[in-house]
Amino acid sequence: MNFLDFEKPIAELEGKIEELRHLSDSDEMNIAEEVARLQAKVEKQLRATYAKLTPWQKTQVARHPDRPHFSNYVSALVQDFTPLAGDRTFAEDRAIIGGLGRFRGHSVMVIGHEKGHDTESRVRHNFGMAKPEGYRKAKRLLEMADRFGIPVITLVDTAGAYPGVEAEARGQAEAIARSIEACLNIRVPLISAIIGEGGSGGAIALAAGNTVLMLEHSVYSVISPEGCASILWRSGEAAKDAAEALRLTAQDLHKLGVIDDVIPEPLGGAHRNAQQAITALGDAVEAALKDLSGLEGGVLRARRREKFLEMGKRGLA
Amino acid sequence: MNWLTNSVLPKIQKLVRPREVPENLWHKCSNCGHMIFHRDLDANLRVCQHCGHHMRLPVKKRLEMLFDGGEYQRIELPKTPADPLRFRDQKRYGDRMKDAQAKTGEQDAIIVAHGRMGGLNVVIAAFNFEFMGGSMGIAVGEGIVAAAELAVLQDAPLIVIPASGGARMQEGILSLMQMARTTVAVEKVKEKGLPYVVLLTDPTTGGVSASFAMLGDIQIAEPGSVIGFAGARVIESTIREKLPEGFQRAEYLLDHGMVDMVVPRKDLRATLVRVLDLLLNRKPAGEVLPLPEKADSPARDENVQP
Ligand SMILES: [Zn+2]
Repeated sequence: MNFLDFEKPIAELEGKIEELRHLSDSDEMNIAEEVARLQAKVEKQLRATYAKLTPWQKTQVARHPDRPHFSNYVSALVQDFTPLAGDRTFAEDRAIIGGLGRFRGHSVMVIGHEKGHDTESRVRHNFGMAKPEGYRKAKRLLEMADRFGIPVITLVDTAGAYPGVEAEARGQAEAIARSIEACLNIRVPLISAIIGEGGSGGAIALAAGNTVLMLEHSVYSVISPEGCASILWRSGEAAKDAAEALRLTAQDLHKLGVIDDVIPEPLGGAHRNAQQAITALGDAVEAALKDLSGLEGGVLRARRREKFLEMGKRGLA
Repeated sequence: MNWLTNSVLPKIQKLVRPREVPENLWHKCSNCGHMIFHRDLDANLRVCQHCGHHMRLPVKKRLEMLFDGGEYQRIELPKTPADPLRFRDQKRYGDRMKDAQAKTGEQDAIIVAHGRMGGLNVVIAAFNFEFMGGSMGIAVGEGIVAAAELAVLQDAPLIVIPASGGARMQEGILSLMQMARTTVAVEKVKEKGLPYVVLLTDPTTGGVSASFAMLGDIQIAEPGSVIGFAGARVIESTIREKLPEGFQRAEYLLDHGMVDMVVPRKDLRATLVRVLDLLLNRKPAGEVLPLPEKADSPARDENVQP
């Protein structure tokens, strides 16, 4: 388990528990009691810590290396997942994965960012930072789903679109714009969920959905706290302050009407119980799809457009 | 052994040998050089069991492999003008056609068939590479048009399987026009809301690659297939550079965003069935009665409920 800075007291307690478990020669009864006592303490600590995470701490949780990623959600929630590759123009961008599958009995198109889980896969997926090809593939798949009347689920988890010379040369901005446009044009249900980091344009490219969900400790923002700090505070040190100011937590975004629902995470974050987080997300997506069932394509499209036309009319107040 | 058996006899045999290869013959894999027993090769769908190299599969074997129980019905294709340009190179086109027809027992380079795949009624148009390199002239265009019309009529997905060097030069500009004609045909299938799947096999090049063969909703390629527009030799002599390893192969196209997946031959049928089931929101094969889906309207808004 990778511990975050603010989890130090928890790490210490869990270390003690581990030590006790490895003591085999002393009185087993006493050990069991002590372990139970310490575990209760861990739980209490976790509850206290995670109930009042600061925006900067949430940012760290959202980026936690053990946090479940796109592939974990898809392999647990989607049967017969059949990835579809390529933008039909330049490349297959593995920072975004998309494909057909069956979610709770129904055909769906699933599209999302994949960050990778070890050095090799992180490089292969470019750390979840997509190039124009990734967004052009997303657009192609959104339109395919539209053509066949298949609902779309998008899972967002990216630090942002890839900042690079070649990406610009090939039209990163245009590609993101077309992907947003496709999200808003399709006549099938589109459910988007921010499962980790919702980094700027690279995130909304997949997230202009009928229903936008966010996991409790994920973040969604126009710029990373570090980026914002270096521009407005002229110091990367101020990332913590920037995180506060940006209102990037699920709770704040819900108040602002940017997202529709917050999905509770297991105690101590999704990385402490991936299975529970994945099931919670699956249930929330299923409920969101049910809410939209029976709506005609034109209505789904019109509602989605109206919803985004309203953005910004509500402040925190 | 003497010079006669070593060099002359094989050539003579080549001239007189019937097309059917005796069962006890061995085949040398062009990729790894292993000698493979002919019957083993056929049993393995003409994929080398040593290196996985996919050799060309005769079109009828391919249809047998894809349809349920290997059963399908062919449709007769409308007659098209023969030799419209009265073309002649070193040989008359008419004579070349007669030779190809005699060699293959087919009228032209395409077969259109329909039948069940995973219980679902599908239409397949498959190229016959043995017929003048699968080149596309008016008759082949006619095959694609007929297949598309049949798909629309039957509310069935259309699968096209190119294996073609490109346009048929002997039909000149009229073969070029088949690129536009076949595009109209497959667009009609798409407009009806029916899946259009292209299975790219070795080779898919020239005018065939640059028309209907690149327009599938789903693009699947067989491993190692050569797929591209201009021939590698033409490119090499134009740019005067050596081409990169794997250039214009299926895997290269996957990396370059042109195909959805590269699927080994043994998995093709299952993959096609799964993709069609998902696009049409059918329950997985086995859970459904093998009745044709009789949708009155294309899958669209009626279908959005989860
Ligand atoms: Zn071999």
